[in-house]
Amino acid sequence: MSRSFKAEIRENRPVNSNHNLLTLAPLDIMVEPRPGQFYMLEISRGLDPLLKRAFSLFRRTSDGFQILYRIKGKGTSILRELKEGTLISLLGPLGNGYPLPAENQAALVIAGGIGIASVFSLVEKLEKKAHLFYGARLGDEIFMTDEMSGRYRELIVCTDDGSCGRKGTVVDALNDFLGHASLEVREPVIYACGPQPMLREISRIAVAKGITAYLSLEEHMACGIGACLGCVVKTKDGYRRVCKEGPVFEAGEIVW
Amino acid sequence: MNLSVSIGSLKLKNPVMTASGTFGYGEEYAEFIDLGRLGAVVVKGLSLSPKEGNPPPRIVETAAGMLNAIGLQNIGIERFISEKIPFLKTYDTAVIVNFFGDSVEEYVLAAEKLSSVKGVHGLEMNISCPNKQAGWCVFGTDPKVTREVVSAVRKKTSLPLIVKLSPNVTDIGLMAKAAEEAGADAVSVINTITGMAVDARTRRPKLANITGGLSGPAIKPIALRMVYEVYKSVRIPIIGMGGIMSGEDAVEFLLAGATAVAVGTANFVRPTAAVEVLDDIIHFMETERIEDIRSLTGTLHAG
Repeated sequence: MSRSFKAEIRENRPVNSNHNLLTLAPLDIMVEPRPGQFYMLEISRGLDPLLKRAFSLFRRTSDGFQILYRIKGKGTSILRELKEGTLISLLGPLGNGYPLPAENQAALVIAGGIGIASVFSLVEKLEKKAHLFYGARLGDEIFMTDEMSGRYRELIVCTDDGSCGRKGTVVDALNDFLGHASLEVREPVIYACGPQPMLREISRIAVAKGITAYLSLEEHMACGIGACLGCVVKTKDGYRRVCKEGPVFEAGEIVW
Repeated sequence: MNLSVSIGSLKLKNPVMTASGTFGYGEEYAEFIDLGRLGAVVVKGLSLSPKEGNPPPRIVETAAGMLNAIGLQNIGIERFISEKIPFLKTYDTAVIVNFFGDSVEEYVLAAEKLSSVKGVHGLEMNISCPNKQAGWCVFGTDPKVTREVVSAVRKKTSLPLIVKLSPNVTDIGLMAKAAEEAGADAVSVINTITGMAVDARTRRPKLANITGGLSGPAIKPIALRMVYEVYKSVRIPIIGMGGIMSGEDAVEFLLAGATAVAVGTANFVRPTAAVEVLDDIIHFMETERIEDIRSLTGTLHAG
């Protein structure tokens, strides 16, 4: 059982025009991942692209796990072409996952765009406790809702153009929710992954209201194991590595 | 088969080291490889007081390489001695500490501090990091200043002293010569090459520091040429580095004149890279029937 391992691609299928779902089956017993952790994937055996790519754990399966990824650059364009049966090298699970809420706490889970890839397994783990806020610019960027159905307590979908769910951002939805915060939600804990402006705004709200918020951050990463010091974020205690001390940080620690 | 090589008075069990800045303080890799298999572990550059480093983004991938502008972030010599050395001491490998200062005095003080530490087997002076303010870089680009700072450190340490040379000079042979004359036991060739990357759409540099140091396979031809030039210019051993990904790459450096090699960016690509390079070298020697690794150094058939 090693965090440096090989896995076979079981499936690598599109979920829309620019997102794929990759299903992997490790050749050996895998180290059990926790929601919020990530993997480094070897995209090519050649020299370009050179570095592994970091991807969140999307979901554990019976004999492996899945990664949901957006096709964005050179690395992911190569990854989408990899066929079933291909063996790839990985590192992981890496980093620290989301700390789970206490029994009496309500989990407000917020995903912006591909941020859903990081929080999906958390929602599953929370066994119908999560209030899931899921936002994207357009309706066709909202997916996996069928797979999630029945796994949350409540799902609030938001799109900028209103083509799916409510019109507006998840931040608007969160504000409304906290404004009416009925009652049933006595002690909320926020979990969020998404674009930086979204996270910054959620952080501001959480700090202002004294709510604990755990944010999953991204930075350019080379090694994924804490050696290169490339993927740092500024915190109250100085620069911290996203790959090692993160990727999940408490909102109050981050210096934006 | 003999794999051992000597760097000054320091005997290494094999010629494969890790390049400073790509191997943390060793512990980050202990889960993936047996550090005891390496000829030496060269740790991330240290200074007298801790350094915060540069703002992100600090790294960006480029064609067959990467740029970094970490800014010499480190925990400082004191914490390194109390927190990292005890762990490193448990391995049967040489520990070489890379260090730097902002002045000749700081270099000397840092070297003195490290020299009295049990478990430190050698020192590597970083006079060539490209990610520091102007003024600092003269240590690695002006042979007179190189001579001055290396001499000052030499007087205060009896540990094997390696000087890591900058490739950002016109004549690296001259710089190597200055280091040798000032008493260096060896030179590391090369540090990263200054470069930059630009985002055409945002019209911004991809690194917060604007420029950074280029490493990885992209720089290997330059590194090989520089090792070759330095080999012609000095008698002290050369530690060759710059884009080594395989044992064959490593052998190329030995042929060009290196006595030992350091694996750098490859550690980021695969945490097992350094031992894979070592295994590759052993396999190469077996198939090529080479008895002694030292017989390869500087045996390039040129002209």
